[in-house]
Amino acid sequence: MADQKSLSMTVNGRTRRGRGEPRLTLADFLREQALCTGVHVGCEHGVCGSCTVLMDGEAVRSCLLFAVQADGADITTVEGLAPDPETLHPVQEAFRDCHGLQCGFCTPGFILSVAAFLEANPDPTDDEIRHGIAGNLCRCTGYQGIVAATRQAAAAMRAGE
Amino acid sequence: MAGTAAAGRYVGQSVKRLEDPRLVTGHGRYVDDIALPGMLHAAFGRSDLARAAITQLDTTAAEALEGVRAVFTGADLNPHNDSLRASLYPPTSPAPPANMLADGDVRFVGDPYVMVVAESRYIAEDALDLVEAEFEPLDPVVDYETAADSEHHVHPELGGNLAHDVAVPNPTQQEAFENAAHIITETWHQHRQTNVPMETRGIVASWQPHAGVMEVWASSQSPHEMQLVGARVLGIGEHKMVVHFGDVGGGFGQKMFLGREDMAVLVAAKLLASPLKWIEDRRENLMASNHARIEQMAVSMAVDGDGCFLAADLDQLEDDGAYPLGGPATPGAMAAMLFPGPYRMGPVSWRARTVYTNTCGRGAYRGPWQMESVAREQMIDRVAREVGMDPLELRRRNVLRPGDLPYEAPTGLSFETTISPEQTLEQAAEMIGYDEFRAEQAEAREQGRYLGLGMALYIEPTSMGMGPLGTESAMLRVEVDGSVNVFMGTGSHGQSLETTMAQLVADELGVRPEDVTLHQGHGSGYGFGTGGSRSAVIAGGAARAAASGVRDKVVAIAAHLMEASADDLEVADGVISVRGTPAASMTMAQVAATAYQNSDALPAGMDAGLEHTARYKAPPSTHSNACHMCVCELDPGTGKVSLLRYVVSEDCGVLINPMVVDGQIAGGVAQGIGGVLYEHCVYDESGNPLASTFLDYLVPTAAEVPELETGHVVVPSDTPGGHKGTGEGGAIGAPPAVFNAVADALAPFGAYPNRQPLDPDTVLGLIASASD
Repeated sequence: MADQKSLSMTVNGRTRRGRGEPRLTLADFLREQALCTGVHVGCEHGVCGSCTVLMDGEAVRSCLLFAVQADGADITTVEGLAPDPETLHPVQEAFRDCHGLQCGFCTPGFILSVAAFLEANPDPTDDEIRHGIAGNLCRCTGYQGIVAATRQAAAAMRAGE
Repeated sequence: MAGTAAAGRYVGQSVKRLEDPRLVTGHGRYVDDIALPGMLHAAFGRSDLARAAITQLDTTAAEALEGVRAVFTGADLNPHNDSLRASLYPPTSPAPPANMLADGDVRFVGDPYVMVVAESRYIAEDALDLVEAEFEPLDPVVDYETAADSEHHVHPELGGNLAHDVAVPNPTQQEAFENAAHIITETWHQHRQTNVPMETRGIVASWQPHAGVMEVWASSQSPHEMQLVGARVLGIGEHKMVVHFGDVGGGFGQKMFLGREDMAVLVAAKLLASPLKWIEDRRENLMASNHARIEQMAVSMAVDGDGCFLAADLDQLEDDGAYPLGGPATPGAMAAMLFPGPYRMGPVSWRARTVYTNTCGRGAYRGPWQMESVAREQMIDRVAREVGMDPLELRRRNVLRPGDLPYEAPTGLSFETTISPEQTLEQAAEMIGYDEFRAEQAEAREQGRYLGLGMALYIEPTSMGMGPLGTESAMLRVEVDGSVNVFMGTGSHGQSLETTMAQLVADELGVRPEDVTLHQGHGSGYGFGTGGSRSAVIAGGAARAAASGVRDKVVAIAAHLMEASADDLEVADGVISVRGTPAASMTMAQVAATAYQNSDALPAGMDAGLEHTARYKAPPSTHSNACHMCVCELDPGTGKVSLLRYVVSEDCGVLINPMVVDGQIAGGVAQGIGGVLYEHCVYDESGNPLASTFLDYLVPTAAEVPELETGHVVVPSDTPGGHKGTGEGGAIGAPPAVFNAVADALAPFGAYPNRQPLDPDTVLGLIASASD
């Protein structure tokens, strides 16, 4: 077996230390060592987007990164998005309001992708929304509620600034 | 016709989902989130050949790898496998040999023949590379159209590849054909697709050796199928099979039954006496879980000079693959029986055959017999074209009208008076602006743009009330503080049952939805689970009955304590009050505390406690219906089809939660769009699956699915609450609607599509061959 490397990264504001072989994926590190099981692994080949997390503020696919590549990085998973236990992030709130989820499996990846998308494009058109979230797959909703939620979250985040 | 049933306080409202706070914050608990002390991990070695003899299988090196706990072959596990049959499959019907792992030979690419159990999934997969297996390739049976005549047999034990052959000729059909003005014939083909839940299959099994108890967490639509069949596989009683039900990331039919891998994990966990996890990876899911819709139906329809349907003759052929998930089914027979659908069709003769091939097994996929709508609706558009009639007008001429109901279809199905096909047809036509579109389409064609409109009208038998599917139960308990726990045999995996069942209980019992928690899996009474568009009617019927039973007792206790007449009391939002005198009231908590902790204060002779169990038996079928219409634009230069509009008018009776109903429809529509235009489980002629990643199997994204416009016609059913099932409908109506839209756009070229997928290459080929 390959050597174990020691790992340290900031996950949702807390330092998480662990160990793993160089081939350990970031997704598996986050799920199994940082205990962030909101990171969902849907395809393990970088297409479905369920495992999306924010790495230094940018949306990345944690199944396509090795944990060692994220050593020292600042990671946000869906568990780290809500500001406090009583309040949801505007994107989370919008997904609930607009029925942007059914089974919920793709949802954490979508929420983080939308959060990053709206950070880059705070006032998107519907067409920009549809193409902006086309890197994530949902099999339940037909995207109707997700597009509506992105629209609502954009307005809420603009109003909140 | 709309809105004849009274909405309740909560029923009929788009109540926000009780599931969502945990799911949007990453606190759902799916099967892969379960981690037990000492848990081991399984990985399966799978065949790379479609049909081959296993000439050598040496697991020594794999077993020697550090961290490997065991390597199982078919010879190790299959002796435990004499009772793998799914509940819906009769024990006397012919079936492929029951095995968990291939033994002696492999029968499709992906067939599992070895299972490694190790301390981590990484090590288990390393060990698979060390398994030394040699195969002698055999000629595979890949083409289902010729499988029945092949000299090669997928299952040598069965002596042939024909799984089922059922024929029901009707002499009056032949007479009608002899006198018809038009007889139109076409063979409609669907192509191989798969369910693609975003969470793949998976299971965690933990055996307690001395207690003889198996504890299971599974990604399942049917926790009781897991309990019943799992217990059979293990040879234990159901009371020793503890099936926990957590969050489930979609299924669409794929998680109704136990797969061979699930059974292998159960048996291996018992043999090892150690917790064991298997999570299917996406490649396994796409090539070896289940496929569907691999079928064709040859249709001949007789039509008179006015466009009235006179009779039909059907010949259905479907591919079962090698090991159909849930057993070899006969969906073709259902497709044939349902073919007349929402029309006066006249007599129908039919034949339905199913064959085995060396491919991934067939399984249920949302609307498993929707070939009836695909073949019929595409055929009706073809008939319209052949007899020179507008397709909407042709449907209007033949559709079942309220005056035709109740209606006995020529294939033996009975439709109650509560269906509304004509109303949904007209509502959809109005929503899409049918006449205006035809004008716009003509104008566009003059400008060199190719628009097409497709429609599909169907009736769906939901909530089938027969056999193992017939009933569901609800055990409802008001706790001491007045909050409510209800235990049900459902398996919600996206359908929002935690919310919709809470809405039903809230109205019936007189509490708020957020006061109600739904518990599924262990502790609930038998039920077939969630699938077949059955939960609203059947599980809902049970929830209502259980709540109603408790409400009667609540009122009796409150009347006694308040010295009021039970007839004068009303219960709402957890408060029992005297009608017209709101000050005279008590809370559900006060009633419950009395029932449990001060039972001497109860009316004389009344049992203590505040709970009730009810089981609802559904009628044979509760039909929902809908009409889909969509508009596409076809680019003749690239073959690309874009959907511009999509309209659904549906009647699922009284809506429990309109937001949830619209969501169910939208999801089904997206799957239908994907099926017709993008998704395809391609095999090469050697039986190699070529679409084993999401780069090859193209699930539609937000960029491909248009905005959906939904209209509701509400004709309440005769079942409690007036609901009808709606989970599958979107995926039934969308394929023929999208197909017909593309065919309509292709009509100016003289092209006649009869098979899917209508991908750009196919569309360009149709245009080219039509102009030859």
